[in-house]
Amino acid sequence: MHPLIQEIEKAQRKESVPDFGPGDTVRVHVKVVEGGKERIQVFEGTVLSRKEGMSRACFLVRKISNGYGVERTFLVHSPRIDKIEVTRRGLVRRAKLFYLRKKVGKAARIKEKRNF
Amino acid sequence: MPSSILGKKLGMTQIFEEGGRVTPVTVIAAGPCIVVQLKTIAKDGYSAMQIGFEDVKEHRLTMPIKGHFAAHDVKPKRTLREIPIEPGETLAEGHEFSADIFVEGEKVAVTGISKGKGFAGVMKRYGWRGNKATHGASTSHRKPASGGGTDAARTFKGSGKPGHMGDAQITQQGLRIVRIDTEKNLLLVKGAVPGANGGLVMIKKFKR
Repeated sequence: MHPLIQEIEKAQRKESVPDFGPGDTVRVHVKVVEGGKERIQVFEGTVLSRKEGMSRACFLVRKISNGYGVERTFLVHSPRIDKIEVTRRGLVRRAKLFYLRKKVGKAARIKEKRNF
Repeated sequence: MPSSILGKKLGMTQIFEEGGRVTPVTVIAAGPCIVVQLKTIAKDGYSAMQIGFEDVKEHRLTMPIKGHFAAHDVKPKRTLREIPIEPGETLAEGHEFSADIFVEGEKVAVTGISKGKGFAGVMKRYGWRGNKATHGASTSHRKPASGGGTDAARTFKGSGKPGHMGDAQITQQGLRIVRIDTEKNLLLVKGAVPGANGGLVMIKKFKR
């Protein structure tokens, strides 16, 4: 990548983003425009994957909503994301947790990472 | 102000526009360009402006080109191109201009040399469907099938055949300028631009 493009991307990054990764449970506060008004909507779920890449970095969150699996991709540095809260740290052994899509109920649980 | 400028395609990225919309952009290092020579109807039979882009070491040039720059008293440039003179435009030889001839939100047309694809078949070259992969098809999966009717006893001009693809001049019309960095002479244009990264492009004002 050209150094000047790197500069453009660097300038668009947020100053601080919480440290989180696959397996963690996050609450993503998204700005939603509804009827001309802006409000905050929270999307809570498990992080399945992260993609790196300066200002283009994104992550995929999965939750079960009314019995249906819902997945949403967010850009880490998007101005439409108000904040990201990490509510639980997951203990997982791989970087992409796509296997969770085929698991239901108890099988879809993730062990919690505890710091001793 | 000149209507066109020469630049170098640096590559693509994406930026957040107002409201958080993500826009794919091509970053072009546009200019600075210098007016090397003014062609006049009296002398050359037509009116145009020759512009130069990118400094080059003098020892890399041939004598005739060196003489050309010396005659017009400008620093040697790597690339020379002619652009039309806008009505009512008066620029002297040696005048320097850069990316700020454009404004944000303006539409432009970008000309470049597309990436060469070599000798390509009709599926890649024209987007034809090809033939069946199975059901007894053999040796004819990606072939063009019929070349036309038999009554004419000839092949019509312009009918698609495999051949050389790419490495041709292409103009992409109506691209919006998303952002301009006048300090670093960068143009951020929405969408893709012909050619490889590092390739020469000409950016014109879009008139239509």
